[in-house]
Amino acid sequence: MYAFEMERPQTIADAVAALKDEDAQALGGGQTLIPTLKQRLAMPSKLVSLHGIAQMKGVCTDDDGRICIGGATTHQQVSESAGDYPALAWLASRIGDPAVRNRGTIGGSLANNDPSACYPAAALGSGAVIVTDNREIAADDYFQGMFTTALNEGEIITEVKFPVPSHAAYMKFIQPASRFPLVAVFVAKFDDGVRVAITGASEEGVFRWGEAESALSGNFAPEAVDGLSVDPSGMIGDLHGTKEYRAHLVGVMTKRAVKAAAAGETGVSSAH
Amino acid sequence: MSHVSMKVNGKEVGGEVEGRTLLVDFLREDLKMTGTHVGCDTSQCGACVVHVDGKAVKACTIFALEAEGAEVTTIEGMANADGSLGVVQAAFQEHHGLQCGFCTPGMVMAGAALLKENPKPSEAEIRQYLEGNICRCTGYHNIVKAIMAASGQDVEPPAVAAE
Ligand SMILES: Cc1cc2nc3c(=O)[nH]c(=O)nc-3n(C[C@H](O)[C@H](O)[C@H](O)COP(=O)(O)OP(=O)(O)OC[C@H]3O[C@@H](n4cnc5c(N)ncnc54)[C@H](O)[C@@H]3O)c2cc1C
Ligand code: FES
Ligand code: FES
Repeated sequence: MYAFEMERPQTIADAVAALKDEDAQALGGGQTLIPTLKQRLAMPSKLVSLHGIAQMKGVCTDDDGRICIGGATTHQQVSESAGDYPALAWLASRIGDPAVRNRGTIGGSLANNDPSACYPAAALGSGAVIVTDNREIAADDYFQGMFTTALNEGEIITEVKFPVPSHAAYMKFIQPASRFPLVAVFVAKFDDGVRVAITGASEEGVFRWGEAESALSGNFAPEAVDGLSVDPSGMIGDLHGTKEYRAHLVGVMTKRAVKAAAAGETGVSSAH
Repeated sequence: MSHVSMKVNGKEVGGEVEGRTLLVDFLREDLKMTGTHVGCDTSQCGACVVHVDGKAVKACTIFALEAEGAEVTTIEGMANADGSLGVVQAAFQEHHGLQCGFCTPGMVMAGAALLKENPKPSEAEIRQYLEGNICRCTGYHNIVKAIMAASGQDVEPPAVAAE
């Protein structure tokens, strides 16, 4: 690891000020950033730890009934406190392993936008709002391709607001070595339609499967997805699965997610 | 360099560290407590698990400065006051929950964290909780059995070698 300074501000304002320095970078739970630093793939001059900012931690419900999660809230806290949105709490409870969940944060996960991460699927699948230190960004505008987001340099995610659907489920097909999804699908049924977000599959990162959404908005049943497919050419292909395999899994996991959501279940994680 | 202070196994400790000093390096290099192991560079093996303010954390994936003021428990803090093995440690010995022992500090700390949250876990719950702890030797069955036994639940007695 290259050397850097560490700052530990107590307020959002102080963190934003500290991040104005050139080459300063935010530190959330460090569960992605620290391994990256070890491999010398990042070279910040200063890390600004968000861990001490009490304003950025915790889960509450706003006047519109949305679940609001502080940007520095750990996966473990979400799994314990977001019970009013069971599919979201369940998703958080299955990220990585217990030690990762005790440190890793929702803000860090969404800022990183790993093409196989779990939270991006929940945020896009729920039509969440990403709140930063200076604006609100709709999930539909936030995710801009693998490891790319609408965040500006030094901008931090302070909160994420999730509308709560009537039915939702997350189906995670695990890549057992990394514990990340090989492919996972988040399905959410709202009064005005169904959203389907897919992670782990596309070279563009998390995406909405529009065709399935239209079909499911008419008929919220697994059969509605019969005959639909995604184009393998844009899928990730690697030693864990070919493009065609991932494209196939998108359909299978979507059906399973719909079946679970319709039955009032929150999700399942499965492996090869 | 910055000063860091914390409580490790009940004792106030401190030292001068760099921003990049990992908690595991502070424990091993500065405090000379080498019980906590480092098995990987990718935050995936769990050999380094310690408790920070009661929660299982990978000591290789948290900076020493982030543990400022925290209560840290390591494998060295798991023995009883008289030096005899603690409950989880004794169960690992009794049920052959280790072979080379490299993963064992992390396994014991993860197991102890689980039992604090869930005093009577099922076998499936134990296996799920240990997802982030990798063992190259045992095949896991005896580790799961040891944690079951440490929770006071019945398990088959360990096989005894023929005389
Ligand atoms: C063994 C292992 C298994 C894992 N399994 C999964 C899994 O199954 N599913 C999954 O989704 N993830 C998984 N992860 C990743 C984990 O969820 C991380 O916690 C997450 O990706 C990053 O969050 P963090 O808080 O640790 O961020 P950090 O590692 O601290 O930071 C990541 C990036 O986000 C930036 N950042 C951090 N916080 C903020 C913020 N509030 N605002 C703006 N930028 C910020 C940092 O500057 C950095 O660029 C796994 C990680 C490990 C080590
Ligand atoms: S040393 Fe492997 S997870 Fe910490
Ligand atoms: S006993 Fe050797 S790695 Fe677990």
